[in-house]
Amino acid sequence: MSERGLTDAALPGSPGRVDLAHLWKQRWFRWPVFALGGMIVLQLVEWIADPESEELLSGGQAGAMLRWSVPLLLAGLGGMFAERAGIVNIGLEGMMVLGTWFGAWGSVKYGPVIGTAIGLLGGALGGLLHAIATVSFGVNHIISAVAINIMAPGVTRFLADEIFSGYAGGSISQSPRVASFGSVELPVLDRVSWLTIIAFAFVPLAWYVLWRTRFGLRLRAAGEHPSAGDSLGVNVYRYQYAGVVISGALAGLAGSFIVTELTGIYREGQTNGRGFIGLATMIFGNWRPGGTALGALLFGYADGLQLRDRDGVHALLLVGVVVLAVLALRRALSPKRTVVEVGLPAVIATLIVVWYLLRDTVPPTFNQVTPHILTLVVLVFSAGRLRPPKGAGQIWRKGEH
Amino acid sequence: MTAARRSRSELLLGFAAPVAAVLIALVVASIVLMISGSNPLDAWASMWEFGTRLETSVDAINRAVPLYIAGIAVALGFRMNLFNIGVEGQYILAALVATEVGTKIDLPGPLHVAVIVLVAMSVGAAWAAVPAILKVTRGVNEVIATIMLNAIGVSFVAAELLGRWDSAGQDTRTADIGESGHVPGINWLLEIFTRDVGKGRELYGFLFVAIAVGIGYHVLLTRTVFGYDLRASGANPSAAEASGVPSKRMILAAMIGSGAIAGLIGLPDILGELYHYGGDFSQGLGFLGIAVALLGRNHPGGIVAAALIFGYLDASSPILEVEGDAPREIVTIMKGVIIFAAVVAYAVTERSRRRRQVAAAADAVPTTSTEIGANP
Repeated sequence: MSERGLTDAALPGSPGRVDLAHLWKQRWFRWPVFALGGMIVLQLVEWIADPESEELLSGGQAGAMLRWSVPLLLAGLGGMFAERAGIVNIGLEGMMVLGTWFGAWGSVKYGPVIGTAIGLLGGALGGLLHAIATVSFGVNHIISAVAINIMAPGVTRFLADEIFSGYAGGSISQSPRVASFGSVELPVLDRVSWLTIIAFAFVPLAWYVLWRTRFGLRLRAAGEHPSAGDSLGVNVYRYQYAGVVISGALAGLAGSFIVTELTGIYREGQTNGRGFIGLATMIFGNWRPGGTALGALLFGYADGLQLRDRDGVHALLLVGVVVLAVLALRRALSPKRTVVEVGLPAVIATLIVVWYLLRDTVPPTFNQVTPHILTLVVLVFSAGRLRPPKGAGQIWRKGEH
Repeated sequence: MTAARRSRSELLLGFAAPVAAVLIALVVASIVLMISGSNPLDAWASMWEFGTRLETSVDAINRAVPLYIAGIAVALGFRMNLFNIGVEGQYILAALVATEVGTKIDLPGPLHVAVIVLVAMSVGAAWAAVPAILKVTRGVNEVIATIMLNAIGVSFVAAELLGRWDSAGQDTRTADIGESGHVPGINWLLEIFTRDVGKGRELYGFLFVAIAVGIGYHVLLTRTVFGYDLRASGANPSAAEASGVPSKRMILAAMIGSGAIAGLIGLPDILGELYHYGGDFSQGLGFLGIAVALLGRNHPGGIVAAALIFGYLDASSPILEVEGDAPREIVTIMKGVIIFAAVVAYAVTERSRRRRQVAAAADAVPTTSTEIGANP
């Protein structure tokens, strides 16, 4: 087994050469440029759409984006840990649901800090169940996850009926109000929860753990080529267990965050498919922590804007047009262009412009599906550049391959 | 002789696994109930007493009909090694559009129903065609694509209903389908054998459609060339491709067929009882269909049993709250445990079966026995 397959960090460029084309290849250079470009586009759209919206590029919106992106980020990182170990986890949604209930229960009983830890454990329990089924018993990953997604809401409803019904303000479908984690005043962003900061600290941490530690190398070996890892003495089962349990824990934390930081209450169904969006975030981020964070911010932006400013969502359509136009143009300029690849974004962009001009508002559910649509677009247009772990989804049995 | 005995023991195992799964679910649920301070025996006794009433049986079968169709829709994909997680979105979208069309048209009885059914099947098929086309042209994984399309479809339906709420100002549902579009109940069929069914319950006439779908599925898979090709590409895609079965076309056919069947899932409720699409339309049947297909091992008969088990669990659980025995959600937990126990049991028996096959093959050809174990 060669090291190259496992460490796909950027290759160091030849020293001394500073030309733009080379710089452009560096991720640290490209991303700030993208971010700056994005802000310029938003500012332009704000001018064009004026006076419709002043929220597209405000400090308040930045804070909302940050808040609403956290559950997606945590779920996305969770999905990444599982898939990097070779286990597909579409049970994130169910584990997040467990996180909301356990987080709320813990917070009601012991305050938000211990409550958050309990929420995390609740999700980890879901992850453990998934690991037992998929790793120990070789059950198909999708099937086990579907079972978890079916079971989790039933479990939480049962538990809520047993426990929350006894509290004032609690019932089978909701908890009493819970306190939130402490927060800190930051410039521009206003108040930011400590938990938000911790969640974003997980991004470099996840990168470090997965790409710079022995644990991470072995975990990724289990996900890329389990037999190869096994032949070098890696206990594949153990690392797959670790990956899936971490995955569940992060999803549980995401659920707990929704309860303590976003809504201040457990309410049935409040994850609202965010576990699946987390999965989309992971794919959008190409199974990498940085990309996942970017996806989470993008999707969180839409989520946050929806709540703050309905008209802003309408203006956001124009942003979509710009992005699609750029995509179409890039395809048109590339030598390997096909009619579909240039035409499709152009057609979609035209349709959106027509829609923008005809309608004054966007249906409120539109924002909820932007992540899904974007993920499909990414899957369709850059399938070649996505690189999921090779062994993800594969049922591996020691000594049978 | 030994082969016959082996196949009989395998058949026995095949039946034992789901039965064991249900028993394990009962035990787990009993433990949960005991911990939460309820008496499980009381709960099971009331569920049994209530569940065996004729009216509850009608409810259970009415619930099992859409579950069965959902199970067949999922199973068709499974036989081709395709995960149609998108059944959920396909049937919800199909139900809304078909109901909408049904309220707009006015045709004589059977024709009206036929149009609604056709619309529902086409919408389901079209929504399933998207991931199928993405898979064959761009290699997009169908699980991911259908998860995304579920969300898009469901939210389109929600937006559509919400828009209605804005304009009409009261209720988030479609208008009613006219009388000619209703599928009459078939209580008379039950009443040949038993007494009159009370409390205004009607056994869905759509039961016949479900039976036809099951028979059609069975005939298609076991008696046609197409079915043979489908099973062949599901079992071993490269071998099937090598013998001239175009795998891309099989993927398209299986997925679109699965979607067309999925389009029917919502209709028993809509044409048999609700006559509109609204908030009272039950969602989640697509995911339960996956569970039912698994429990029934993709076999048309097995899926009947699985759909009935789930139907009875749902229909008999309300009594728990009436009697104050336990929260009815214990039934959802039971469903989850049943699925888990069943898939684990299947995975274990399947592996031991394969191991025995390998061992048998090794016995038959002693000289090559060492190579057989050493798979690539």
